[in-house]
Amino acid sequence: MSILAVLEQRTTPAGPPEWNRMSFETLAAAQQFAAQLGVTASAAVVGSGIGSLAGELASRQLEKVYAVEHQLLKNYTPDGYVIALRQLVERVKPSLVLFPHTYQVRDFLPRLATALNRVAVSDVVSHRIESGQVVLVRQLFQGKVNADMRLAGDTPHFASLQAGAYRADQISAGTAAVEPFTPQIQPSDVRTKPLEVFRESQRAVDLGAAEIIVSVGRGIKEADNIPLVQKLADALGAELAASRPICDAGWLPMERQVGSSGQTVAPKMYLAVGISGAIQHLVGMKGSRTVVAINKDANAPIFEVADYGIVGDLFQVVPELIEAIQKAR
Amino acid sequence: MKIVVAIKQVPVRDSQLRIASSGKWIDQADLAYEINEPDAYALEAGLQFKEQHGGEVVALCAGPPEAAQTIREALAKGADRAIHIEQDTAASDPLATARLLAAALKSENPDLVLTGLQSDDLGYGQTGVILAELLSLPHATIIMQLEKRNGGIRVKRELEDGWFQHVEMPLPALLTIQSGISKLRYATLMGIKKAKTKEIRRVTAADLAVPAGASSVTLDRIYLPERTKHTQLFEGSPKEAAAQLVEKLKFEARVI
Repeated sequence: MSILAVLEQRTTPAGPPEWNRMSFETLAAAQQFAAQLGVTASAAVVGSGIGSLAGELASRQLEKVYAVEHQLLKNYTPDGYVIALRQLVERVKPSLVLFPHTYQVRDFLPRLATALNRVAVSDVVSHRIESGQVVLVRQLFQGKVNADMRLAGDTPHFASLQAGAYRADQISAGTAAVEPFTPQIQPSDVRTKPLEVFRESQRAVDLGAAEIIVSVGRGIKEADNIPLVQKLADALGAELAASRPICDAGWLPMERQVGSSGQTVAPKMYLAVGISGAIQHLVGMKGSRTVVAINKDANAPIFEVADYGIVGDLFQVVPELIEAIQKAR
Repeated sequence: MKIVVAIKQVPVRDSQLRIASSGKWIDQADLAYEINEPDAYALEAGLQFKEQHGGEVVALCAGPPEAAQTIREALAKGADRAIHIEQDTAASDPLATARLLAAALKSENPDLVLTGLQSDDLGYGQTGVILAELLSLPHATIIMQLEKRNGGIRVKRELEDGWFQHVEMPLPALLTIQSGISKLRYATLMGIKKAKTKEIRRVTAADLAVPAGASSVTLDRIYLPERTKHTQLFEGSPKEAAAQLVEKLKFEARVI
């Protein structure tokens, strides 16, 4: 029995491959699982030219670090990764394989698990060990309900971990043996052709630098109501941001989007107006120092992370709030 | 071009959820249902692709008999016919659901299979990708745009943090579609009328002879999450609540 953490790197157009920072959360989690189960943890990194990244892991408390290296893995493709990782898992025979829940992992992990006749538990937020068995907690209904998933039966099991669920600064130092692993992949195995990675526009707004952010969600109902939250942002000297549906609808530009597909922010105060708090949004703002939520639904997941809240109609609350702020300043 | 769009019916977004007495699923009494939002965008992408390149759109849905409501809506919006796998998959794992979908598509040989990137209820974000593996199709996820090119397709994939990537692949292929990428059409009166005459092929899990393989993951229980953070809620009139909040922000959190 052993734990294998599959870490993520991205090949940058200009320089050498770089870690996706969520990888270290997965590494920390793998060490925790291993310690609690009394087994060993190993790590794997997949790509081409990733020797030095693998080498960086030699000073962590791991049994082995597998450098899964192949020219056909230089650019990510789901076919290439599934083939390579399937061969690695069949060779190493881990009991549990952990991944960061990134967009890339979402793209290939279900396929990898299916190829091995397994179901991956995706987007895990925490775990516990019960009489030697692993119970993983994941969220349903956009974070309104939790589910306990028990791993039983044949191994290997597969799980991906939500951003922020485990702390990257809790990695134990030690030594690990780096071992190259060369998978067998044919060019014809890779059916998709990845082209250039690009950004739509230069980011004019750096929400990461804002001390106060007022963020607006579906509850605002119409584009014509946006000026109301803009006025609140002005009263606080805040940047205006939004959840995804607002930017999709074109009511605010994409560069103001907070969440897994937008920017990650951690201001002194994050004031969420009419945002229910879907997981994809929370991962982008839950590091904020003070979170304030105004929402009509008392059960909205945003209240899970809020320090202060008002349950009520934003169209009544926000004008009063603007007035109270102006008086207080 | 035969386009299959896999759709799912889920409880409406603002539903007040209660845990069923079994502790294994939510209480389904008194819930209203709608199409899973990302699937609505997959259907829209399928309909637009058909309008550009011809062919037919087949709506594929696994769900209880009540899911007929969502299927009829897809037909009213322009899907040509539908396949309804009458099986309550509400709490199924994504592999079990994808096996049903794959079995129902055996005789279809689609050129393109589309589905939403994830469901609003289970939120695994896996069914489409698993279906691609079961059908041995190339795939790409979180797609914003698709266009026909050189006998295959070229798609725009969303990556994290504002990055995108173009990917090309041959057909047949499977894509999972990002929510919000286009404007959704409404069903017209004519569409609603026409939908009544369109074919819905109904099959059961037994008809499809999908073996119910023992899963290595079992759902122990579901429950409402415990508040890990103590939220100070301000009550009273909007004016009173706003005044109390500003007081706290100024003197306790010291952010204004």
